[in-house]
Amino acid sequence: MSGNGGKLRLAVFKFSSCSGCQDELINLGEDLLSIIEKVEIAYFLEASSRIDPGPYDVALIEGSISTPHEMEVVKNIRRNSKIVIPIGTCAVHGGPQSLRNWMDQGDVVRQVYPRPEWINSLDKTTPISEHIKVDYQVSGCPVNRLQLLSVLKQVLVGRRPYHRLESLCQECKRRGNVCVMVSRGTPCLGPIMVEGCGALCPSYARGCYGCFGPMIDPKPEALARRFEEIGLPREEVILKLRNFSSWSEPLRRFLERYERG
Amino acid sequence: MSGDKSFEIKVGQLARVEGEGGVWVRVKNGKIDYVEVNIFEPPRFFEAFLRGRSYLEAPDITARICGICPLAYIFAACRAMEKILEINVPEEIQVLRKIAFYGEWIESHVLHFAFLHAPDFLGYHSALEMAKDYPNLVRNAIAVRDWGNRAIEIIGGRAIHPIGFRIGGLYRIIRKEELEPLSRNYEEIRRKGEELLEFVLNMDLPDIQYDMTLMSLKGRKEYPILEGLVANNLGWEFPEDSFEENITVEQKMYSNGLHYRLRNGKPYITGPIARFNLNYDLLAPEVRDVLEAAGYRAPLKNTYQSIVARAAENLHSIIEVGRLVEEYSEPQTPYVDARVRAGEAAAIVEAPRGMLYHRYRIDELGRIVYANIVPPTTQNYVAMEEDIFKVGDLIVKGPPETAQRIVEMTIRNYDPCISCSVHAIKLRIINE
Repeated sequence: MSGNGGKLRLAVFKFSSCSGCQDELINLGEDLLSIIEKVEIAYFLEASSRIDPGPYDVALIEGSISTPHEMEVVKNIRRNSKIVIPIGTCAVHGGPQSLRNWMDQGDVVRQVYPRPEWINSLDKTTPISEHIKVDYQVSGCPVNRLQLLSVLKQVLVGRRPYHRLESLCQECKRRGNVCVMVSRGTPCLGPIMVEGCGALCPSYARGCYGCFGPMIDPKPEALARRFEEIGLPREEVILKLRNFSSWSEPLRRFLERYERG
Repeated sequence: MSGDKSFEIKVGQLARVEGEGGVWVRVKNGKIDYVEVNIFEPPRFFEAFLRGRSYLEAPDITARICGICPLAYIFAACRAMEKILEINVPEEIQVLRKIAFYGEWIESHVLHFAFLHAPDFLGYHSALEMAKDYPNLVRNAIAVRDWGNRAIEIIGGRAIHPIGFRIGGLYRIIRKEELEPLSRNYEEIRRKGEELLEFVLNMDLPDIQYDMTLMSLKGRKEYPILEGLVANNLGWEFPEDSFEENITVEQKMYSNGLHYRLRNGKPYITGPIARFNLNYDLLAPEVRDVLEAAGYRAPLKNTYQSIVARAAENLHSIIEVGRLVEEYSEPQTPYVDARVRAGEAAAIVEAPRGMLYHRYRIDELGRIVYANIVPPTTQNYVAMEEDIFKVGDLIVKGPPETAQRIVEMTIRNYDPCISCSVHAIKLRIINE
């Protein structure tokens, strides 16, 4: 890695988001202290007032792109960084705020601000990968800090990072949970969502609501059919799938079809 | 001399705060002439896309407004919906909510006073740099913070955006023995919490005094966290439902965060310093002992001392978690259900940064038709700007490098959560 006695120069950026994924990084606590020998935190505005203009070896990006200004900044980050890794469901799929993409934008701003003309916001809020080329992505709301640590460690040794992208059902089975959909008829997004959270919701006897985003090659049409079979009206099926990752390619394409009927 | 000094301080990007904001201060002829706290964090329009969603989704969706204090959002949403549906949450579940919520206060307070704010007073850029010279401070802070996060994880599944809480209670019953990891090292964590408070009490904090209008919930028997009457140090007291009648709101062209004041036009401060001064007698006696041994007690005199309130509340939270874990007995059912009906209600909880207000109206099918959310940081923006005028002498008389540092410190006194604050938006009802 460039300069600095072989230390990896890490930058952490935030766009439209809740700061929760950066916080997961801070929540690493002692683990963060332990990798700090090999990592130089060059830019992490929430944690440090030391501002290093770059270039960086690795840029972690939290949040989605919502304003013309953010569009410019994210392009600069790309130019200034060797490896760009969006972290969290906002950065990877658009996040909860992308729910507004399904509504009329003029209406949205007018509903919220008394002087909508002072608000400078793009029509849609979109994932980082719609604006720049990304090298790897780790989803989650929040991102799982241990997954993040594992990805960082892989990058540190110069490996191309990898983490599992199978369905939540796999993780749920490994935990030995009873399926909430089979046993109680509770609608669960597990069959199309990516693992990584520890199958938390089914472990708490509730259905997955999709905060980690879709698995690799999901089948939303099959799940929607299943939801209908257990008695969910169409508009509720739409609400279930219109979740924090509904702006991801596979869910968006499916919803556009399904809503037409 | 300072009498003819004219200059500008522009902080394009505030560091060590949550979210995106800057400050602009203009000094003319030795006096602060103009202050602008500029919030460019993009709005995310939660109130708009909540409409049409199920009332059951309000806690999980609004939690995403803030990654530092998601539980405050979860509990404000739960309490408002429970009021609409007339659900009485049993005591056992209240105990679990409080354990987790105090866990969040610990996680958020330690993050701020030890990692984001202490570097200001000790002269570092970050906690990581500070760790070399103050290894104990940083290690204690990490241990206490982990313990607070653990309290949330045990009950809610994970520390950030926990999934275990719902309207009426919890998704599953938490067994008494599941709380055991918290009692196991309680004594050690409490000692560390005490050391952290003592460390803060020994720091050299500016000793100026100025008027502060403070507003927070007021507890009856307990320090306020989940509920209470709204009170301020002007002697006002009113129920949470009439919050909007007691404040005014205004949009500024330079900011995506709205500006709130009392209905008489006065800016006010919400947060730890307000709770501390208005509820001092309700802090655990052990906390007051440590404070008073160091010569501190309510009222704190200026917002730089908010770090004292935060460290004191942190120790109080640790002691409360310890007590509540002992007290806990398992509820009969994980949650109380109720028939859905149309209605409207408001609730205020004390987020780590101060009063968080939620109001919802739902229809007979339980769909949200209206939402208004007022986070704490947005209530503090006017007070932040005012504070910079109040400490004008400190800013003007020193060299320009110190001036900028003091401006930033003054903002950081509020532990601003800018990510939250841009959703602090009064929803104008249209098409109705």
